[in-house]
Amino acid sequence: MLVYLDNQSNTKLDDRVFQVMIPFFKENYGNAQTIYSLGTISKDAIDKARNQVAKLINAKDEEIYFTSCGSESNNLAIKGIAEANKQKGKHIVVSAVEHFSVLNAAKRLSQNGYEISYIPVDKYGSISLEDVKKSLREDTILVSIQHANTEIGTIQNIEEISKVVKEKNIIFHTDAVQTAGTIAVDVQKLNVDLLTLSGSQFYGPKGAAALFIKKGVRIVPQIDGGVQEGGRRAGTENVPAIVGLGKAAEIAMSEMSINSDKIIKLRDRILNELPEKIEHVYLNGHLYQRLPGNVNFSIEFIEGEGMFLFLDQKGICVSSGSACASKALKMSHVLTAINCDPAIGQGSILMTLSKYNSDSEIDYLLKEFPPIVKKLRDMSPLYDYFIKTGKRQEAGPGTDYEHEHEHEE
Amino acid sequence: MAFYSEKVMEHFQNPRNVGEIKDADGIGTVGNPVCGDLMTFYIKVKDNKLEDVKFKTFGCGAAIAVSSMVSEMAKGKTIEEALKITNASVAQELGGLPPNKMHCSNLGADALHKAIEDYLNKKK
Ligand code: FES
Repeated sequence: MLVYLDNQSNTKLDDRVFQVMIPFFKENYGNAQTIYSLGTISKDAIDKARNQVAKLINAKDEEIYFTSCGSESNNLAIKGIAEANKQKGKHIVVSAVEHFSVLNAAKRLSQNGYEISYIPVDKYGSISLEDVKKSLREDTILVSIQHANTEIGTIQNIEEISKVVKEKNIIFHTDAVQTAGTIAVDVQKLNVDLLTLSGSQFYGPKGAAALFIKKGVRIVPQIDGGVQEGGRRAGTENVPAIVGLGKAAEIAMSEMSINSDKIIKLRDRILNELPEKIEHVYLNGHLYQRLPGNVNFSIEFIEGEGMFLFLDQKGICVSSGSACASKALKMSHVLTAINCDPAIGQGSILMTLSKYNSDSEIDYLLKEFPPIVKKLRDMSPLYDYFIKTGKRQEAGPGTDYEHEHEHEE
Repeated sequence: MAFYSEKVMEHFQNPRNVGEIKDADGIGTVGNPVCGDLMTFYIKVKDNKLEDVKFKTFGCGAAIAVSSMVSEMAKGKTIEEALKITNASVAQELGGLPPNKMHCSNLGADALHKAIEDYLNKKK
């Protein structure tokens, strides 16, 4: 049995999406920039997709710019706005829990004379309006705050945040890769100037994403070349992928509530039933302001990589923010930002659901997971210590574990 | 699974000598300065030989495989021989480790050596 619970990194392609893509790989291969009929078929298909994506987020067609992925959209937003506004100021505000394509784009700018402020989050991963207000300055040109977090699923109150930002006439971008196509995203309501979305998060293909740029917002392209995408993003269009993105957007819109009802039911089964089967489990993220498909637990006394390797052996695909599971051997920046105790963060496990998951898969997970935890705990000196003394051993050297932490259960 | 060698995966999935020796002659614990993980080795010594070796590990897949391999390599060896087990030889026995996981192999031999040290100190 294959149980795919890593949908924050990529969703399975919807077959209806695949079907509309096929002709654009095969017979409709004309370049959309040419004016003979074969080319106009591609052009029309792109226009249609633009309209489908625009509808998904309540934007105008001409405000949608296709890119290759969420990272590209975020880079275009951050760097493009920074460049277009450098006369006005060089101060940019981002949150501490942004995706790396925002954080690293900002870091790059900081090497070129820009100043970046990072807004902290509380232990649930939420951003406070006060902190946003405090961060704004005369020379702030851009604020970028994600709609929902990839890892712990916390949804930010973008509507409120944008009010504060727009009052000061500052450009506001939100990375909605985790929300567009999953929960309602309306650029008018959210009142944002730029918004990133990616089709591979809602059953579309990899290789197609979009950036919403509100009419009238100046931006400097990051890929120079031809006139594609209104000159704001040059390069031959990936027509099959764009067509797929459009179809995925259309399907997502019409099936959003059915999907999210289903996904929430499955998610709540994990949220409720796993802690009944496994002791010393802590939920990361916000209990209510949370993405429908996100479950992020820290399972104490064991380490995330061991957990996901054993789960993988059982055909269950998950993810972890533990230090050992990351290439950098650091606990994820998100767990660090919510002040997660490193000893506990080591046991973090991220399970993200999609419309393709089923109750029987959750049954399987709930059956296979507890023995894995037991096996790892039986091996764990930290658990051993806890069982013998009732106390928690401090994490090993190299962590930031400084004081006794008490954990609510 | 291409990330770890087959041998690493095999040891990770079926680690040998997991556990604790109640009346151990030597105990050694080391923490991993890189990622914060922990490994404890227990040894039982008879006639200058490691009659029994057991371990407990809180760490990644590589750390568990390394512990298992060290315990196998050390069991039955004399103190002198066991002290010659190096981090490199453990990694080699495992068919190599991914570069960013090489440090995990440092824990195994170190923890074993610490347990031997503990035994030698107690004997004094
Ligand atoms: S023990 Fe942490 S990365 Fe290997």
